[in-house]
Amino acid sequence: MNDLLSVVDWSRAQFALTAIYHWLFVPLTLGLAVIVAVMESIYVRRGDERWKKIAKFWMTLFGINFALGVATGIILEFEFGTNWSNYSWFVGDIFGAPLAIEGIFAFFIEATFVAVMFFGWNRVSKRFHLVSTWMVAIGVSLSALWILVANAWMQNPVGTEFDPVQMRNTMTDFGAVAFNAVAMNKFFHAVASGWTLAGVFVVGISCWMIMRRSNVEAMRSSLKVGTAVGVAGILLTMYTGDGSAVQVAKVQPMKLAAMEGLYDGKVGQDLVAFGFVNPDKKPGDELPAINCEISIPYGLSVLANHDPNTFVPGINDLINGIALTPKGDTINTVSYADRIAAGRVAQDALRAYNAAAQAGDQAAMDSASLVVKENFKYFGYGYFNSPEDAVPPVALTFYSFRVMVMLGSYILAFMLVMAFIAYRRPQWLDKKWLCIIGVLTIPLTYVCSEAGWVLAEVGRQPWIIQDLMPTGIAVSDVTASSVQFTFWLFAFLFTALLIAEVSIMVHYIRSSVRRDILNS
Amino acid sequence: MTELEFLQAYWWLLIAVLGAALVFMLFVQGGQTMLYCRNSVEDRQLMVNSLGRKWELTFTTLVVFGGAFFASFPLFYSTSFGGAYWLWLSILISFVLQAVSYEYRRKHGNIYGTRTYDAFLLINGFFGCLLLGVAVATLFFGADFEVVRGNILDGTAPVISRWAPSRGIELMTDWRCLLLGVAVFFLARTNAALYFKNNINAGDDFASRLNRKVLINGLIFAVLFVAFVIVLLLHSGLQADANGVVNRVDNLYFHNLVDMWWWGIAFVLGVVLVLAGIGVGAFTKARCGIWSTGLGVALVVVALFAIAGYNSTCYLPSNSAPQCSLTIANSSSSLYTLRTMAWVSLGVPFVLAYIIYVWRKMNIGGITTNDISDKAHQY
Repeated sequence: MNDLLSVVDWSRAQFALTAIYHWLFVPLTLGLAVIVAVMESIYVRRGDERWKKIAKFWMTLFGINFALGVATGIILEFEFGTNWSNYSWFVGDIFGAPLAIEGIFAFFIEATFVAVMFFGWNRVSKRFHLVSTWMVAIGVSLSALWILVANAWMQNPVGTEFDPVQMRNTMTDFGAVAFNAVAMNKFFHAVASGWTLAGVFVVGISCWMIMRRSNVEAMRSSLKVGTAVGVAGILLTMYTGDGSAVQVAKVQPMKLAAMEGLYDGKVGQDLVAFGFVNPDKKPGDELPAINCEISIPYGLSVLANHDPNTFVPGINDLINGIALTPKGDTINTVSYADRIAAGRVAQDALRAYNAAAQAGDQAAMDSASLVVKENFKYFGYGYFNSPEDAVPPVALTFYSFRVMVMLGSYILAFMLVMAFIAYRRPQWLDKKWLCIIGVLTIPLTYVCSEAGWVLAEVGRQPWIIQDLMPTGIAVSDVTASSVQFTFWLFAFLFTALLIAEVSIMVHYIRSSVRRDILNS
Repeated sequence: MTELEFLQAYWWLLIAVLGAALVFMLFVQGGQTMLYCRNSVEDRQLMVNSLGRKWELTFTTLVVFGGAFFASFPLFYSTSFGGAYWLWLSILISFVLQAVSYEYRRKHGNIYGTRTYDAFLLINGFFGCLLLGVAVATLFFGADFEVVRGNILDGTAPVISRWAPSRGIELMTDWRCLLLGVAVFFLARTNAALYFKNNINAGDDFASRLNRKVLINGLIFAVLFVAFVIVLLLHSGLQADANGVVNRVDNLYFHNLVDMWWWGIAFVLGVVLVLAGIGVGAFTKARCGIWSTGLGVALVVVALFAIAGYNSTCYLPSNSAPQCSLTIANSSSSLYTLRTMAWVSLGVPFVLAYIIYVWRKMNIGGITTNDISDKAHQY
């Protein structure tokens, strides 16, 4: 059992490591592909060679970043099999389909047209090259779509039913899986955040070049495209982020409660604007959840339900199965103790089904199957020993949410200001401090972007598939020491390659200071 | 044949086609092992840039091959990837090294130097081919594993697929698996030499050196492949009967070739085309040898997958618990998913069409020194 826990923890760490590294490269790829495509479109439309040179400058940075995104991406896909083999079997019937579609329709677009994008300038026509660049931008977005469809299904498993014969979930409605509301929201949120990050990246690098009085004309032009894409990105990110909060309140209320460090909810629930999570707080005790709290009245009710007079359940409410009407009357929902009981009933019935199947007793199989079906909604809870096992890590979820929101708000303000400057007051860029802020916003945006994923993935723990499969049940038959070894191997490898990437980018940008981009 | 059986067979065929595409595209890996074979710096640059325009296709084919297996035969994905942990991770790490090497090898500030990235390409070229060959060989020679679905109800030991404790290392030391792995490696090198001949315009001397490489690597491949085929045809495989009970059958793969004679013909035709391509590449100035071997490789690989999976053959035999062996019938996705995915697969010809179109556009005239003169966009 201890070894199992250790395997789970190391497998979790390894997947988190890979995902965090992967997400360092993917958003820049998503956004920079669009920015480069826009720049090239301007070149083709106006026939202005300067825009071609500007596009090529950013395209080189795109290529440097793209390679590592591809490298970390392949590990992620195969880790579902190598480290989460039970998961692969349990949901392969559903999860595998989007992954295969992603490969067939998105990855091949990228792989085919990226070669034209980099090497086709003298081999294909201007228009074909432009189409290829847009195809790369579309391809990378389609890649994001299908993997996010798969991820969203894990957060909100729809379009599926349990098959006791196979002892796994099977897909019953592909449309429900593909157009899962969580997936659509997640897709636009992730892609828009990529546009935002790439916009900030372009703005930051442009600011640095302008600060060095290098390629000022090219960088001012870049700023215009970067801020346009960035503003569109951050506005869409915020809009879809709001949609995400509403969906989390509906399908993952425990995650929302952890995001707020909320244990006992009320009608007209406040939102914590500032505070520190009390590390000693446990469900059911009387200790304060948040220290030094500053709250926005009714904020969480508005965020979760778009209505200030609604109830938002806390961790204790969810565990105890309590909800309140807007008038304050108590409604009993299903407590976590009852969910655990129902989950165990489903699991016992499944064992009985197996035994009956081996004995060839069809009547007993039918009876057991019915019980499984009736209780399957809470199947995963049957693995827990106590309701507290179903509570995610509160502190990490709470802080990652605040980091994301605070930095996101800053980025919105930053982008609006930079867009105004780019289009109306470019002379303000002569101020060194403004350019320094532009450069420093790049790492802040990365932190914001990663915090979003930490929130999404840590907040849904202990589930790998919401309500159906806890993460601990999803692992492979691998020893903890094996996963520990590969964890450190990947940590070393990815870090070494990240250092190389950053170094190459810095060298390229610094070398560009010494040349005239528009006339070289 | 029920609809489910038809779709299982259909998806196995698609997996086979993807496998065939992957084995053909391994010429990129084969080429990576040739960069330092007495080539001048200029020749090496041409070779790297020629391969660099194709590496992503190989990479993507591998990813799609894995994704298609996940979608259509999730029990294989779960059992093999989770079980042969070291084998699959070794393959993946070699591909991670490749993914950055083309882009970074000549860039200023790459920290580790061009030679390091070229070493990465060599590692991927050798181990990528060898280990993928080993992995494919398990479809015939199997491994020690068991599958107990009921384990998922045991919260303390829930894993349904359990593999031998060495977790894939034992496959890397199995001589039969290694035989196929080494054969794949030399096939990749043969195809790489043929590809360079087709794609690079660097004069007669360069071309004649490639002729020699085609001949030497082609001969070694032919000898290894014949040895593998003999071992395979003499091997007793596992086959499920009408009730799903698995039995050991002597010379199963030979019988499969005879029983499914159309695959036997495809296999023989494929071998002839591969040999013809090697002959054309080794003894003439013609540049089309790659297409002959390419088609031949595709036919042979699809035929090998066919005899591995069709006719109720266990495509992942369990040597320690034969009844746990995987067949396309007991390891596939549900009818609904296979049907949905079959509709999706109708888009594959479209994907193939634009790949071929772009390949042709980018390959017209081959690569010359002029193509690598633009310093911003070369590997």
